Amino acid sequence: MSPTFSLPAQFAAGLIFGLGLILAGMADPAKVLNFLDLGGIATGQWDPSLAFVMVGAIGVAFLGFRLAARRGRPVFAAAFPAPPAPRLEGRLLAGAALFGIGWGLAGFCPGPALVSLGTGSTGAVVFVAAMLLGMVGATWLSGRLRATRTQTEGAKA
Amino acid sequence: MTATEFTPLASTLGGALIGLAGVMLFLSHGRIAGVSGIASGLLTTRPDAAWSGRLAFVLGLVAAPLLLLALTGALPAQTIAAGPALLALAGLLVGFGAVLGNGCTSGHGVCGLARLSPRSLAATLAFMATGFATVFLMRHVL
Repeated sequence: MSPTFSLPAQFAAGLIFGLGLILAGMADPAKVLNFLDLGGIATGQWDPSLAFVMVGAIGVAFLGFRLAARRGRPVFAAAFPAPPAPRLEGRLLAGAALFGIGWGLAGFCPGPALVSLGTGSTGAVVFVAAMLLGMVGATWLSGRLRATRTQTEGAKA
Repeated sequence: MTATEFTPLASTLGGALIGLAGVMLFLSHGRIAGVSGIASGLLTTRPDAAWSGRLAFVLGLVAAPLLLLALTGALPAQTIAAGPALLALAGLLVGFGAVLGNGCTSGHGVCGLARLSPRSLAATLAFMATGFATVFLMRHVL
């Protein structure tokens, strides 16, 4: 297909993703925090909605990825990504653990925070600016770690 | 804290749309729809063709509430309890952790789990665990 449709296709995917987050109630940090508050089970304040979002999203993606892969290659790219690697590193777990702390502090993760920029929320602007700064920091640190590792391996060899 | 209503139907349907958007990106560009990966990919000094695609996706996210406003006359309901300092700290941790951990709620929690990735399962369990622990500490201990 003509690459003319490449950008509109990605815009449409973002738009549908965002509308899904809003319909699911996930653009509201209060709803996310009320899911993460297991102490709310005892008081009747627990909101299990997020679990239903996961079920709906994973269900559609599970079937969709399999159907899409039958096509052989993506419409605008040369190949589908390789199957996920099974290897697990400490940095993956450490990163995910830090991510969860930040998520629990404010109830925002990247998708809902970006959607909230469109509502004109100043809180979302603060969060997204800090998030981008954190991303730059982690990218810089990863580069440093990789350089150190290469040096160490070079010294061993 | 603000009480919220349990919305199983709307949340499942909204989740299905999120999954559909993930499948669209996979089918069109062979890309896994991790929002953190797409956002951090924008932070480069050398933008290429993939860069404009990422920007288009992010603009789609930002446009979603505006489309809703145009169609229904109202923005989605939202309560942000955290103040600016807490939001900044949370944002730093989310951005740093997502890049270090190679994914977020959408990349690991939705797309990775849908591809039966053991790494994504481990990451999802890790951020769920610290998310639960953080809210528990904030609401019931501190």
